[in-house]
Amino acid sequence: MTDKQISDIKNRIAVIAAWIVACLFFFPIFWMVLTSFKTELQAISVPPKLFFKPTLENFALIQERTDYTKFAWNSIVTSVGGTGLALIIAIPAAYAMAFNSGRWTKDILMWMLSTKMLPAVGVLMPIYLLSQKFGLLDTKGVLVIIYALINLPIIMLILFNYFREIPKEILEASRMDGTSTFNEITQIVMPLAWGGIASTALLSIVLCWNEAFWSINLTASDAGTLPALVASFSSPEGLFWAKLSAVSTLACAPIVVFGWLCQKQLVQGLTFGAVK
Amino acid sequence: MNSTLVRWLQAPSIIVLFLWMVVPLSMTVYFSTIRYNLLYPERSGFVGLDNYEYFWTDPSFFPALFNTLVLVGSVLAISVILGLAIAMLIDRPFKGRGLARVMLISPFFIMPTVSALVWKNMFMNPIYGLFAVISTSLGLEPIDWLSSYPLLTVIIIVSWQWTPFAVLIFMTSLQSQDQEQKEAAMLDGAGFWSQFWNLTLPHLARPISIVLLIQMIFHLSIFAEIYVTTGGGPGVQSTNLTYLIFTQALQGFDIGVASAGGVFAIILANIVAYFLVRAVGKTLMV
Repeated sequence: MTDKQISDIKNRIAVIAAWIVACLFFFPIFWMVLTSFKTELQAISVPPKLFFKPTLENFALIQERTDYTKFAWNSIVTSVGGTGLALIIAIPAAYAMAFNSGRWTKDILMWMLSTKMLPAVGVLMPIYLLSQKFGLLDTKGVLVIIYALINLPIIMLILFNYFREIPKEILEASRMDGTSTFNEITQIVMPLAWGGIASTALLSIVLCWNEAFWSINLTASDAGTLPALVASFSSPEGLFWAKLSAVSTLACAPIVVFGWLCQKQLVQGLTFGAVK
Repeated sequence: MNSTLVRWLQAPSIIVLFLWMVVPLSMTVYFSTIRYNLLYPERSGFVGLDNYEYFWTDPSFFPALFNTLVLVGSVLAISVILGLAIAMLIDRPFKGRGLARVMLISPFFIMPTVSALVWKNMFMNPIYGLFAVISTSLGLEPIDWLSSYPLLTVIIIVSWQWTPFAVLIFMTSLQSQDQEQKEAAMLDGAGFWSQFWNLTLPHLARPISIVLLIQMIFHLSIFAEIYVTTGGGPGVQSTNLTYLIFTQALQGFDIGVASAGGVFAIILANIVAYFLVRAVGKTLMV
């Protein structure tokens, strides 16, 4: 065999291995979606059934018993609201830091990131008691505020990285023409860094959507988000696998599809715009 | 832009984060020095370091601390090593690569409560779970994962979620690797390992540190995966610090002791963060 043939065979083995690994990682999701279309009896049948007549009754039951749409709406409002609030605070700040970085700019950003290290559980009691005091327990408002705060450091860092890539000359030219700061941000910086802002927003929405700690501890039936709804299936209803799968599929589908569509932007966000 | 304006633009972000850090933190520190149990509101007053002593001498404390470190360490090791291997495996042109990539990264988008429940029930259930069915059909004794290997169970679930994250980032970074350099090395007769050590690994140094930093932030406070699976048990075998404090606070109603635990968690996180940020923090900024 020539070297070429050997490397061809190696390549083919690698491709097969890649597919096996991909299938293994995806299998739990596939299995969950498949189970959501089974009856409860089919779900626990031994050996497991791959082929069966699909049913939609689980989805209907979930909506009827737990009001899925309300939880989904809460998830949408808190993810988008928290992200939006954080962006409103972060865009002007990141703009100021990127175009007028001073001696302390990087240290301030590092300090901001270090607030992410503050473990949520360390401040759970104060936040719980404060929300209780202000009548915010089990409201969407408290989650919007908290989600904005916990994502703000990451958002700041990513936006800073993106804004830095805008050539300063463009801003200087517009300043000569007497553009106001507000217009400079909304009409020059934001359009130029649009991809970066979008990646940042996407990442933040994904993180908010999947956030479970604050949602489980601060909300109940009114403002609960999807992770809390799913957690309520841990027992004893967790024994009903078909329903568990249906509610899980419903909870994850929007964000997984969203993630597939925005892969590229997400990578940029996930690496803080620091890996290209 | 004058410097006053610059300050005004930055101020809101700095102020809200400062408040977010300082207000709850000082309350936690304050609560940790008083007697404060929701079940016994009549007992109050300053107790000094008693809550700390109570939390510190709790027989669950050291196991929880140990579990936290084991959990973070193993998940980091698994996801980085496996992530590297998978990213390199998939870093070649082949048909359907886009689909394979989507399949690989999907677990990262699954919310923790869902992945934990799906694994717990449909895979690790000792009777109907897929693993049990497979072992039985092979004539082996099925394993009761949650009660026999609770911490390993949590590690598997978290690794399944986070390895894709590492893959996603390493994959992106590998695409920007200089192919000519690789080919030149190959022509010079460099083998796989020498290419890996001398070219690929240095190229990935920055993404690896980013993955370590981000995952560390998230793994120190793992909660949902434990909450819906083992509930920290059996005993405290899968309780991490976050979960221990959660049980003290919301199940024991003892805010004083829980706050002392919170201070411990904050100190631990800061020790880790200090070294980590020192080591890799600045690589996060372009």
